[in-house]
Amino acid sequence: MGRPWFRRRRVGLGWQPIAWQGWLVSAVAVALVTGTVAILHSSPARVPIVILIVALYAVVALATGGSKPAEPAALEDRPSEDESETGVGGPEQRQALRTLTSGRAATSSTDEPVLAVEHLTKRFGERVAVDDVSFSVAAGEVFGFLGPNGAGKTTTVRVLATLIAPTSGTARVAGLPLDPANGVEIRKRISVMTENPGLYLRLTVAENLEFFAGLYELAKPKARLEQALAAVNLAGRANDPCGSLSKGLRQRVALARTLLSDPAIVFLDEPTSGLDPVASRDVHELIDGLRDRGVTVFLTTHRLEEAERLCDRVAILNTSLRTIGRPDELRDRLFTKSLVVHTVAPLAAPEAVFAVAGVDGWRADDPTHYVLTVSDARTAAPAVTRALVAAGADLLSLAELQHSLEDVYLELVDEDAEAAR
Amino acid sequence: MSGRRIISVVRKEVREFRRNRFVIVTMGVLPLVFLITPAITIFRIPDSASGAQVKAAVGVISLLMLIIPVVIPPVIAAYSVVGERDQGTLEPVLTAPVRASELLLGKAIAAFLPSVAVSYLIYLVVLAGVHFGAAHVVRTVIFHPPQLLAQILFTPLLALWSIWVGIGISTRASDVRVAQQLSTVASLPLLGFTSLLSFQLVKPSVPIAIGLALALLAADIVAWRIVSRLFNRERLVTGHSPTEASAAE
Repeated sequence: MGRPWFRRRRVGLGWQPIAWQGWLVSAVAVALVTGTVAILHSSPARVPIVILIVALYAVVALATGGSKPAEPAALEDRPSEDESETGVGGPEQRQALRTLTSGRAATSSTDEPVLAVEHLTKRFGERVAVDDVSFSVAAGEVFGFLGPNGAGKTTTVRVLATLIAPTSGTARVAGLPLDPANGVEIRKRISVMTENPGLYLRLTVAENLEFFAGLYELAKPKARLEQALAAVNLAGRANDPCGSLSKGLRQRVALARTLLSDPAIVFLDEPTSGLDPVASRDVHELIDGLRDRGVTVFLTTHRLEEAERLCDRVAILNTSLRTIGRPDELRDRLFTKSLVVHTVAPLAAPEAVFAVAGVDGWRADDPTHYVLTVSDARTAAPAVTRALVAAGADLLSLAELQHSLEDVYLELVDEDAEAAR
Repeated sequence: MSGRRIISVVRKEVREFRRNRFVIVTMGVLPLVFLITPAITIFRIPDSASGAQVKAAVGVISLLMLIIPVVIPPVIAAYSVVGERDQGTLEPVLTAPVRASELLLGKAIAAFLPSVAVSYLIYLVVLAGVHFGAAHVVRTVIFHPPQLLAQILFTPLLALWSIWVGIGISTRASDVRVAQQLSTVASLPLLGFTSLLSFQLVKPSVPIAIGLALALLAADIVAWRIVSRLFNRERLVTGHSPTEASAAE
């Protein structure tokens, strides 16, 4: 196909000629319209027709004017052209993140928790969404909020973001009491990335951010916008309509929007939901970057390996708060320490072999597979090894049984399900 | 109240309208639909027509000129809240430090500007047509100063009324189409008020036109306050009405 004659005007009405053929067509059209108007003007009775022609032209011109963003529905799952150039952990992104959060890093070293929640309860009619939840989050902490669907995680975030009012309980958010009168001030100090990125698909990436920069009344909005886009490695996509971006890139735009205002607390509600592993890794790198800069992150997630990897502490919620602490603390609290012993052949007298100091009990899962309950794996393991060697056992392996955060989570959720029966 | 936040909302809304073909086509086509028949009728009235005939024809066209600012804004205004909720953009906006009154005023201004511009443009086209092509008797009635003043004053005030009704319904509707239809219907009764002048049931005069305009202005201000109160973050985000303390502004 040859060069087009017209292009859609970005601002204004109608089609703009860009080739001599386009100019020729336009000139002929103008001559025809002028001639028609001149002929019709001689007969006053035909003035309405002239009016209609002019009005019709105006409608057509209006309808065809303006820039042409991609149609959101058609582009819903369109892959990004530069999906491969993902990655937000590069030096340029880290530098941009440093600049973005420079104000926050200087003010986030107080001992006072940046988020303190006491006996928070939220009911919707008869249904209790959040029941008597208390916790606090220190400045600069990455705090994970875990729980099954319907556990009240998003409701808690919405309460703390002043979107909905608690039924009872109190909270201090970024140094301010949670109160309707403080709504605007609290929202100035925090930012929330909702599960759905919530971007205006007809607007460009830069226009989306510009809108929020205005709502936050940011000084030097253009510079902040550029830094936020650089921090998520989207500087080159600023003028792309959001409707043309893949889900992963939209999530990054939403993250850039979250970083615009240098918030005291960043609430991230399921930030990697529906993302592929590469896009999820980008989000993780960004959260790591925020932690390095001392930004407080409140992360709700289903992905336990994500929480384990990113969070300093986690809370497990199932309407009420089930437990809170560092992931390793939770494991220790919920599970006894165990050693797993594999032998080539069954032991002749396992009760005699395992009667060593530090072993509190044992069970055989199968004839060559033994699980020992110990009080301290570091002291028990050498003693058990010696006992096995002394007994002439052919040892295949001896290891400490590692419980993941997922085990902790499933244990608590199963307990709740059991209690509900 | 922050002017900068309001301007940000206006700018964003206008950008969205400009790229929404449905909005642009509707705003262009709807006024034409209302214009075609009366425009043709009015140009057919001869100089010899009776006073009653002229009055009736001019009354119809004046009323239609006032229907335009009533029917165009709901296309935009009714979408403003429920539409954003449907596309998932409302919650991020509500987490930003913008007051309900600022958000709504921004949306109202954004709907107001194009609606009033289109209404005035159509009115100007009609006036030009009448000036150059209509019979003298028609010109005399249409260019009667109180009639002109009423038309000029009522157009923005009716548009504003229609916008607040549209936004109010949008905050409570569950679907954009329902909101648009309800808004148009709900805005129409006010036209009865202005038809008093259009059909010259009340003899048009400058004080009467100004008086009615002031009454409309008062109604618009009351509507803004009511709609701002109707706007409840909790209801919009969760679908539940708050039972106790209402969520923050």
